[in-house]
Amino acid sequence: MQLRPILSTLRHHRLTAMLLTLQVALTCAIVCNVAFMIASRIADVSMPTGIAESELSTIQSTGTDLHQNAQALHDTDLAALRAIPGVESVVAVSSALPLNRNDSFGPACPSRQVFEQAMRTSSLFKGGDCPLSSFYDGTPGLLNTLGLQLVAGRDFLPGEYTAENNPHVAIISRALADKLYPGQDALGKVMILGGNALQVSGVVATLARPELHGMGDGYASVIMPQLPDSTSEIYVLRSAPSDREHILKAAEAVLFKVDPTRVIDPDQVQTYSQIRDAYFQRDTTMIGLLIASALGLLFVTALGIAGLANFWVQQRTRSIGIRRAIGATRGDILRYFQTENLLIVTVGIVLGVLLAVLMNLLLMTHYELPRLPLWYLPIGAAVLWALGQLSVLSPALRAAQVPPVVATRSV
Amino acid sequence: MFGYYLDLALRSLKRTPILTGLMVLAIGLGIGASMTMLTVLHVMTDDPLPGRSSHLYVPHLNPLPLKGNFFANGYDPSDHLTWPDAMALLNAQSARRQSAMAAGHLLVRPSAVGMRSFYVDGRYTTADFFTMFGVPFERGSSWSAADDAAGAHVVVLADSLARKLFGGTDAVGKMVRMGENDLRVIGVTTNWQPSPLFYADSRTKRYSDRDLFFLPLSTAVDLNLGTDGNVDSWGKMPNGDMRSATTTWLQFWVQLDTPTQVAAYRQFLIDYSAQQKSLGRFQRPATNARLYSLMGWLVHENLVPGDVRLQMWLALGFLLVCMVNVMALLLAKFLRRSGEISVRRALGARRRDIFVQFGIESAVIGVAGGVLGVLIAELGLWSVRHRPDDYAHIARMDASMLLTTLALAVFASMIAGLLPAWRACRVAPALQLKTL
Repeated sequence: MQLRPILSTLRHHRLTAMLLTLQVALTCAIVCNVAFMIASRIADVSMPTGIAESELSTIQSTGTDLHQNAQALHDTDLAALRAIPGVESVVAVSSALPLNRNDSFGPACPSRQVFEQAMRTSSLFKGGDCPLSSFYDGTPGLLNTLGLQLVAGRDFLPGEYTAENNPHVAIISRALADKLYPGQDALGKVMILGGNALQVSGVVATLARPELHGMGDGYASVIMPQLPDSTSEIYVLRSAPSDREHILKAAEAVLFKVDPTRVIDPDQVQTYSQIRDAYFQRDTTMIGLLIASALGLLFVTALGIAGLANFWVQQRTRSIGIRRAIGATRGDILRYFQTENLLIVTVGIVLGVLLAVLMNLLLMTHYELPRLPLWYLPIGAAVLWALGQLSVLSPALRAAQVPPVVATRSV
Repeated sequence: MFGYYLDLALRSLKRTPILTGLMVLAIGLGIGASMTMLTVLHVMTDDPLPGRSSHLYVPHLNPLPLKGNFFANGYDPSDHLTWPDAMALLNAQSARRQSAMAAGHLLVRPSAVGMRSFYVDGRYTTADFFTMFGVPFERGSSWSAADDAAGAHVVVLADSLARKLFGGTDAVGKMVRMGENDLRVIGVTTNWQPSPLFYADSRTKRYSDRDLFFLPLSTAVDLNLGTDGNVDSWGKMPNGDMRSATTTWLQFWVQLDTPTQVAAYRQFLIDYSAQQKSLGRFQRPATNARLYSLMGWLVHENLVPGDVRLQMWLALGFLLVCMVNVMALLLAKFLRRSGEISVRRALGARRRDIFVQFGIESAVIGVAGGVLGVLIAELGLWSVRHRPDDYAHIARMDASMLLTTLALAVFASMIAGLLPAWRACRVAPALQLKTL
């Protein structure tokens, strides 16, 4: 295949070829960045929380009687909820659960010295040596009900639970243990949380925070043997996944039977799948939009390439006829158009790859996006090459069908 | 000449229906996607109180100590005022009208049998709120400055809450139990929901929430009702004392009618800050005191989520690719007609005439693309309205956006046609005529 005739034709249609190249370049740049955004959002949406989400449902209740005893109410409620057929276990927590956005957090310091040092330099809330961590509380059985996996130490003992604000032990997530005591065994260490000393009695594999994109690591969590001490609480029920809907209905009825004056917000009666969907709703919408815009761009570019190739074939019918008459085979004509497309698309891709990196740098400064991994670029290039060849195929085949006799006809 | 060129354009477009269809589709898709996002952005940054907004301002003081990390919650605690500062500004009466406010979230215990208690969102505020923002009343009226001073146990309800509690009967004069207190209903507002709810703080869903009750701020503080908005403290822990001088939680709005009043108020804020600084309360320079206009405040509060901006840039990038696409197709099309151009030039048409002729052809594509774009944008907005986002329900196209869509489509296609038309009118007639 000789490149010279192709180059001379393209030189003849310089401006048009340049515009098509520009279109391919822009498409390549945008699609590479969009694909990267899609991949990172999918990673966000599918992040694990460490709890048995598919078996959990939650119901929030707020007591309206100020003189009610919170502990007594929780005991009655829990007994009533446990009696619902299908409920395997149930616990009460005051408000925080993974992904429910009720985040209460603070700095967790590995030792008293580090805490006092941070206090002196007023750098306590700036992360650093004392990572910001979320606090979880709950009634006994929290670990089992949530399905948390204990990798070291033990669950809380019955005597360790307290209704006052003074727990002495804590179970922490492995992410936090690695951060506080890198290379050491966290068990038995005493950490300082808001001035209180807590001995680490256990480590769980994974436990996500109620809010991931806030300050600090998304997995720095602390569980304390602290009983919920107000009459506003969330009950977490564990059951078979298919039972969750009817168990929630039954739970609402049971709770109203125990105390008809309480308030239950219908929006706060939900399965864990609903909590997760609500948390990632913006990301899922965005993933849909990003996919749609990437497909739209590729579609328009394919249309542009096909449209222009079609047009050029029509325009060059006569010269194709002449080439056929002087000995070019159908394959030659087909390859001619394919090579022409390859040239244009390749130049476009080279430009597009540069543009993609520039666009990523721009997005990094404005939208806190990470750097585009370089392996996205060859994949984007391959997609555009394939797209170009596919779009040019039909016009090129039509060109190959032009009979040599066209050369003998006058215009 | 215009009619003739239009006729020529239509004939030419009809001759290549597939190519014309492609160009219309490209413009339509690009415009549709862009206008969907521009409309979302337009309704999100719309004026919440047309006619009044230009006279409304937010004073901004900075009582924060110099040392400390105050942005742990992702916003500036000095965006809100402390109780002593709010009361000082209120009592100074330096503006035409002024009002302090905060979000409330109260349990309503209906007296009707069989009705369960429920929580409602509302606002604790002061008398000027209603006249300053022009809240329309269905029945009764708001409270007076004297009620503010006395901490009167009165409440103004929104129509929907009044109807829920009292059915069709007149709510004014009735008692309603909110939290642990009995309050007397003195007024019912009609359906009033500025969008965005500009005076609320960042904890509110400002495009979908509305206030269902209003009660005097002094009453709320006396009864220790607590606020549902952002509360930030520094220094000594105030233990829930909302009158603390080191706790910000109040929003404050003033009405200033003339530029002179605005300048005077700005000076008043600086003087007040200087006075507080000399008393040792403020640590930062007095010139840090600022006065935001309503629209300026909304920009400061950064209401539009980053995702929406990203979506808009994506849509505009898409439009750009579509325009380049149309440009390439038009160029190929126009240049193929070099013979026709040369004949017209030889017969006396000036370059300008050729340019206008092709310009009109591009505009025709733009009009068709614009019509398609409106349909696609309506479809896009319909899908936005089905998102569960806070702002989803307001995503609707109004007449001005409809015209903008068409104008943008014609503009985009004419820009796309500019280069091809210019190139076409530069064709040398003699050379082309020879080959004919």
